[in-house]
Amino acid sequence: MTNAFLYALAGSGLFVLGLHALVMHAHVLRKILAINVMGSGVFLILVALARRSGETTTDPVPHAMVITGIVVAVSATALALALMLKLAEKSGQAVLPDKHGD
Amino acid sequence: MDGMSGNAWLPLMVVASALLPGLIIFGLPEEKVRLRTVLNLSGAFAKIFFTGWMLWGVYHGNSYEMRMAFLPGLDLVLRADSLSLLFIALSSVLWLLTTVYAIGYLENSPHRSRFFGFFSLCVTSTSGVAMSGNLITFLLFYELLTLVTYPLVVHRGTEAARRAGQIYLTYTISGGALLLLGVVWLYAITGTLEFSPQGILYHLDTTYHPALIAIFVLLIAGLGVKAALVPLHGWLPEAMVAPAPVSALLHAVAVVKAGAFGIVRVVYDIYGIDFAAELGVTGPLAMLAAVTILYGSLRALAQDNLKRRLAFSTVSQVSYITLGVAIVGPLATIGGVVHLVHQGLMKITLFFCAGNLAETLGIHKVREMNGVGRRMPWTMAAFTLGAFGMIGVPPVAGFISKWYLGLGALEAGEPWVIPVLIGSSLLNAAYFLPILHRAWFRDPPDSWPVMRDTARDFGDKETAWALLLPPVITALLALFAGLLASTWFSPLEWVQLIAQRAFYH
Amino acid sequence: MSSLLAIDWGVIAILLPLAGGTACVLWPALSKPAGLISVTGVVLAIAGLGWRIMENGIYRHAVGGWGAPLGIDLFADGLSLIMLIMTALVGLGISFYARRYFSPRDAVRFWPIWLFLLAALNALFLSADIFNLYVTLEMTGLAAVALTALTGRIDALGGAMRYLLATLLGSLAYLLGVALLYHDAGSVDIATLAQRIQPNAAVWTALGLMSAGLALKTALFPLSFWLPPAHASAPAPVSALLSALVVKASFYILLRLWLELFGDFAQGASMLLGLLGAAAILWGSLQALRQTRIKLLVAYSTVAQIGYLFLIYPLASAGNGIAAGMAAYLAFSHALAKSAMFLAAGNLMLFGGHDRIADLDRAVQRLPLTVAAFALAGVSIMGLPPSSGFVGKWLLLDAAMSQGRWDLAVVMIIGGLLAAGYIFKVLGYAFTQAEVPHDARAVPAGMEWAALLLAIGAILLGFMASEIFALIAVDLVVNADEAGTVWTA
Repeated sequence: MTNAFLYALAGSGLFVLGLHALVMHAHVLRKILAINVMGSGVFLILVALARRSGETTTDPVPHAMVITGIVVAVSATALALALMLKLAEKSGQAVLPDKHGD
Repeated sequence: MDGMSGNAWLPLMVVASALLPGLIIFGLPEEKVRLRTVLNLSGAFAKIFFTGWMLWGVYHGNSYEMRMAFLPGLDLVLRADSLSLLFIALSSVLWLLTTVYAIGYLENSPHRSRFFGFFSLCVTSTSGVAMSGNLITFLLFYELLTLVTYPLVVHRGTEAARRAGQIYLTYTISGGALLLLGVVWLYAITGTLEFSPQGILYHLDTTYHPALIAIFVLLIAGLGVKAALVPLHGWLPEAMVAPAPVSALLHAVAVVKAGAFGIVRVVYDIYGIDFAAELGVTGPLAMLAAVTILYGSLRALAQDNLKRRLAFSTVSQVSYITLGVAIVGPLATIGGVVHLVHQGLMKITLFFCAGNLAETLGIHKVREMNGVGRRMPWTMAAFTLGAFGMIGVPPVAGFISKWYLGLGALEAGEPWVIPVLIGSSLLNAAYFLPILHRAWFRDPPDSWPVMRDTARDFGDKETAWALLLPPVITALLALFAGLLASTWFSPLEWVQLIAQRAFYH
Repeated sequence: MSSLLAIDWGVIAILLPLAGGTACVLWPALSKPAGLISVTGVVLAIAGLGWRIMENGIYRHAVGGWGAPLGIDLFADGLSLIMLIMTALVGLGISFYARRYFSPRDAVRFWPIWLFLLAALNALFLSADIFNLYVTLEMTGLAAVALTALTGRIDALGGAMRYLLATLLGSLAYLLGVALLYHDAGSVDIATLAQRIQPNAAVWTALGLMSAGLALKTALFPLSFWLPPAHASAPAPVSALLSALVVKASFYILLRLWLELFGDFAQGASMLLGLLGAAAILWGSLQALRQTRIKLLVAYSTVAQIGYLFLIYPLASAGNGIAAGMAAYLAFSHALAKSAMFLAAGNLMLFGGHDRIADLDRAVQRLPLTVAAFALAGVSIMGLPPSSGFVGKWLLLDAAMSQGRWDLAVVMIIGGLLAAGYIFKVLGYAFTQAEVPHDARAVPAGMEWAALLLAIGAILLGFMASEIFALIAVDLVVNADEAGTVWTA
């Protein structure tokens, strides 16, 4: 079992953990954090898989992808937080309303 | 527009002569009565002109076809053959008369631009149905007809109209879905949907026969909704809430005719009558038609509401067409197909008259008709002619239809049809004669209500001329179609041409 | 002439709305003109691109001269071109509607975000590698969420939040799939992947993750829970953009992946997608039928219509080469009809101050153009002739029947009947008088015409099936040379 595989396994673990939290928690901030944990898991996998077995150099392309991914994740998180604040301001609590609340 | 020959534009013109005025009328403000009337009438006359042109051409052996690419492997085809021209000629003439009638009927009522717009689209679709050269084109116009008649059915905008509209759509859209399924299935098997004189299926292997029978059931069910075959007829009496010109359109010109016409096309030009007989599907169809004929008449007996009685009468009468088609033999075919025209002329007369009674005197029920013949003699004379035609009294057109149906049944070795015809005629008499008796021989009430001001036309007799003229003309046409049946210009002569094509190829 | 042909129209189609959006942020007072000019410019750029593709075949452009694998390639074939045309035309119609719809306060927010969304969509349809698709997909999603929340009303915020979480989850699953595919085949370029890909555990996992993520973003039943609240609570032009264009973006990626990478070996998974599509048709239509408000009705109708798009997978996998054409055609048809329908719903809301179906109160007389738009769009949604919806349904039914897929054919027929049920429910009440009649508020003519023109587009597209298939077919030849056998199945 290589190091890379361990990292990838950890990444998958993070992804699943995050998914669990996203579904189970009602509070929007927890959901946003869960998404971020899942994102970190994916990035970890990307970095880990950059080294293929039998090659000595690491592939730079996944690293570039991770950097791009982080930029995307940051902007998504910013949007999510802004939305959450608005929602909390209007409804007094940061949970998702019932589906057809009107 | 590939395949546009020199004669391609005539079928297009027939469609356009109703479509263009309709589209312009949608945009007209309500108060432009004169311009709207001019548009309506010029469209109707243009249609008659182009139809006459094509009639002359087809009689002299010309062909008219318009073809354009539509789907992969399928074209939109408009073609004028002898059968389509029969239907077109009927709809052109009746459209003109119904337009005149509707202009009088809807005088000063609201939303006339919308009404006449959809009215024209309705005739457009009917022309398309009549001239479809293949089943996909037929399906397109058949469904379009459903869509454009809906606003006419709900025209009054009342809750009752809305409900009737929902019922109308429930039936017709479901029927359309069955038809679509049947057509797609057929296409998957044959790879063509072109109408052709011997049908397109006779060369298929016998392993396909069960599928072809199932497709036949689907197609007839889909068409049977509009043709009001029992048990798919439920929408027709409900749709009676619509204004009288719309009823005339539904019952005589467009909707039920499109269904019956479709059955003719499917049996003759898709399956081919010989092949259909070989499959064994014509017998059950004839039985179904016979059941419908008797059932419709029985139900009509029990109706006190005049328009409902007429509606059940339509259920019965339209199935003569199906019956004639389903009995394998040239004479029955003649009887069935010619009834397409005869029923149209007679039934539209009856509905025009019913509309006149309702509009002029507020009469909706049979029991309110005592002595009405003295108040509105011409209207009731027309009604009487129509009713005699329905019963099959010679020499009115209905007699011709029944005569050929009976002869055809004997020729084809189906004598059971004769009692059906006799029974139906007796029932027809049973629900029409009491009306005539009331109208002519009972004493009128002391005074008649005044529903509309008719003084400027005929004083205290009759009704407005725009309402009176159309039923008188259609009644006379129904009479002459029977009286002059053996002359070269009668519907019967033309239908004999069609039957020749189907049987002696 | 040839110098015009040499222009990189694809780059312009991305940069122009990006620049326009930036201008809107910098000079809010100019939002509206900047927006309209940019959108019109995009339409012209796409026209130029289409011309170029018809003359020279597939469009490929290495941004900055780098080229794959390090640089970014822009790529457009017939399928991309149809998606771009759809985006440009529907976007143009919605823009002209939005010109009159928004108050000045909302307009300065709408225009920049919509232009960014347009840039993202164009970039997405012009992308040739799966990572670039991820980035553009995420941009599309974020812009769409921001538009949903535009009004700041509480239901809109809730809908937007739910939408955001769903879309982020979907993209992460997709990205994980990208990582696995890259690891397995060493490339993100779709054409290269198509040559190298072999079914193994990593590829199957990637397929599952990417499909699930994209299905979530496309709102394929049962992953459609987020769509109705988001689409129904957004302002009308935004609902139209979301239903017509945004869900098509993720659908397009899934289609590409399937046609070029997975379709050959994932027949079982295709069946599953088809099954979910069929379930979506039935469930979405039944839900739409139950609704008492127009916008929710239209939103559930979108759930159902997305189901039709997914029926293509099982039909294509059994050996049907026109799958791409059918998909493009159905997507285009739905985009036109559904945008018209949402815009018409917006007019009805403006006219009556509510969107309760039972209280439409003679809208047919007082707002005839809008009701006509709703009706024409409805004809296409029901799949009745003559309309593009009918042609699309015919193509699907024909494919289903010739492959003996009776189950799918029957579902399509039932779906059509249910659609007729919910459309005519609205139209029926538009004819009658409400129990409590209300005054009609004026609706700007431009908004009525925008809805009507889109609806007429949905009808006219019904006569252009052969043109759409011709575009796809030009491409079939070229693609087969390039990427082997993927298209010839």
